[in-house]
Amino acid sequence: MTTQMAPESMYRSTEGLGVWEHRGKVASVGIGHSPTARRWDGRAETSVGALSIGALRTAIADAGVPPDQVDGLVLVPVTTTGAHWPEDQPVPMDVVNAFNPTDDPLDGVGQLSAEWILKNMPELTNVKFTMYAPGCMSAAIVVAAQAVGDGLATNCLVLKGWHNLEGRYNHGGISAASEVPGSFAISPGRTLWGAPGCYGTALQFAQYCTKYGKHHDMMAPFMQNSRRNGLLFPEGYWAQHRPEQLTPEDYLSSRWIAKPANLFDNDIPIMVAAAYLFTTADRAQDMAQKPVYILNHASSRGVARSITPTLEEVEVETASTGRKIYEGAGITADDLSFENMYDGFAQFHQFHIEGLRYRGMQPGDALDFYQTDISIEGPNPILSSGGNIGSGRSRFWMHTDCMQQIQGRAGARALTGVKPEIAVSGGPMPFGGNFTVWSATPD
Amino acid sequence: MVKQGVVPDDLTRPFFEAANEGRLVVQSCTNSDRLYFPPRPASEICGEGESVVWKEVSGRGTIYNYCVVYDCPVASLKEDLPFNLAVIMLEEDPGILMYSHLPGTAPDEVPVGAAVRVIFEETANGQKVPEWVLVE
Repeated sequence: MTTQMAPESMYRSTEGLGVWEHRGKVASVGIGHSPTARRWDGRAETSVGALSIGALRTAIADAGVPPDQVDGLVLVPVTTTGAHWPEDQPVPMDVVNAFNPTDDPLDGVGQLSAEWILKNMPELTNVKFTMYAPGCMSAAIVVAAQAVGDGLATNCLVLKGWHNLEGRYNHGGISAASEVPGSFAISPGRTLWGAPGCYGTALQFAQYCTKYGKHHDMMAPFMQNSRRNGLLFPEGYWAQHRPEQLTPEDYLSSRWIAKPANLFDNDIPIMVAAAYLFTTADRAQDMAQKPVYILNHASSRGVARSITPTLEEVEVETASTGRKIYEGAGITADDLSFENMYDGFAQFHQFHIEGLRYRGMQPGDALDFYQTDISIEGPNPILSSGGNIGSGRSRFWMHTDCMQQIQGRAGARALTGVKPEIAVSGGPMPFGGNFTVWSATPD
Repeated sequence: MVKQGVVPDDLTRPFFEAANEGRLVVQSCTNSDRLYFPPRPASEICGEGESVVWKEVSGRGTIYNYCVVYDCPVASLKEDLPFNLAVIMLEEDPGILMYSHLPGTAPDEVPVGAAVRVIFEETANGQKVPEWVLVE
């Protein structure tokens, strides 16, 4: 079976499409997470392949679906947090041969193919639909939801795994070269001028502060809240390995990376995998967990005009994304019980929630909102998952939290100031991301 | 600060050749009179691409905003940390942006919105690139 990248036609990326044709007809019924680790320790049982198999099996068991009834698999083949396998270093064949390998020895170590997953999960005897999604779980969710809605699969697994190797990514290769090609020198993103990864977002945040009269220190309550929520997320990195609250003093005294972005404004790269099981609303009635219905998915395809997206371009794009989200779900901002938008640079988050007009926010309002009660106990929860700042870089905590909150199994993280009925999650970038609306009911 | 050397390629050669001559050029579509930077294949700008030309601009602009870089992936720039990394808006079209280290401006003492002018700075292999300094 050849697996293709999902076609652009599966995404809802423009305004004016109306209510999603499968609104309320697709549901999530199973969740599986692997343990987390800061970096790969070289063992087969902690490889991204092994973590992914574990997450998939947990999701299947959680849903109560016999494995031979799983007929679909959507996954992200790229698993890197930024580091790629060094070209001069052999792939450890003892790890490769601990599994049923494919022709590419990096499969299961530094990438994932559908073929590798199916070879190593012999209980999946009935998978007839496989598809790749780019980048993040947010994209895989959209593709799987559309696939189930379109009838391409009935019980569809959704998978995202991450590997994190030794070393600092982007510090070798072309960054260490004495000469660079002209196109690289003046390309967007990494350039001759030495922009670190968070630069583009930090620049937008700097302009945000200039435009609206805000200051980096105003992020402190958001950061404290995110870590607190993350420590209540037992699947997360900080809860498992470093159960330390983040005080405003810790945050404000951290070293700068690209001022006004400091170390804590960047999420921590980790090893982890998660899987979900989606099915039709009809089939979901018979499964072990309370269904979480998908009301819509929407995507941003913003393109910056020049070398980096400006704040002004971001604000136009996030407002459009908000309209797409609500239009396809047939809801308004007032219907959102809570939100779980992306935060992998912490300074993304205010762009996302202002675009949503969450709790009536307008551009420039979010940092003032952060100074109010944004806790899970209050009426206006912000990022109840704690996001990637709260649990490490996976870009899927937000989705898991939406499901768990609506299912009533978020544990100590359970929202008490609002009844969790409808939520939105997604990301990563305000300028290019995928978003999903989750609901306790199909209508 | 000495930047990594630059080896112009087909797409960027007109830009860097002009820089060596002390001229700042960007792509322009003669049909729409719209400017483009960074360079892209002409076919991505305007149909067949025949209307895409390189246009000299004034070399005047303003500072959009900036960050101060304390942690830089480029090895040859690490000895210069921390340094300003600003984005400049061209006078002819503020939607066209270029990076600048703002030579002569101390880190974090950047006047956002101030006028700047282009200069041309040698990189490690002698290829010149545009940089921007405050207008006195």
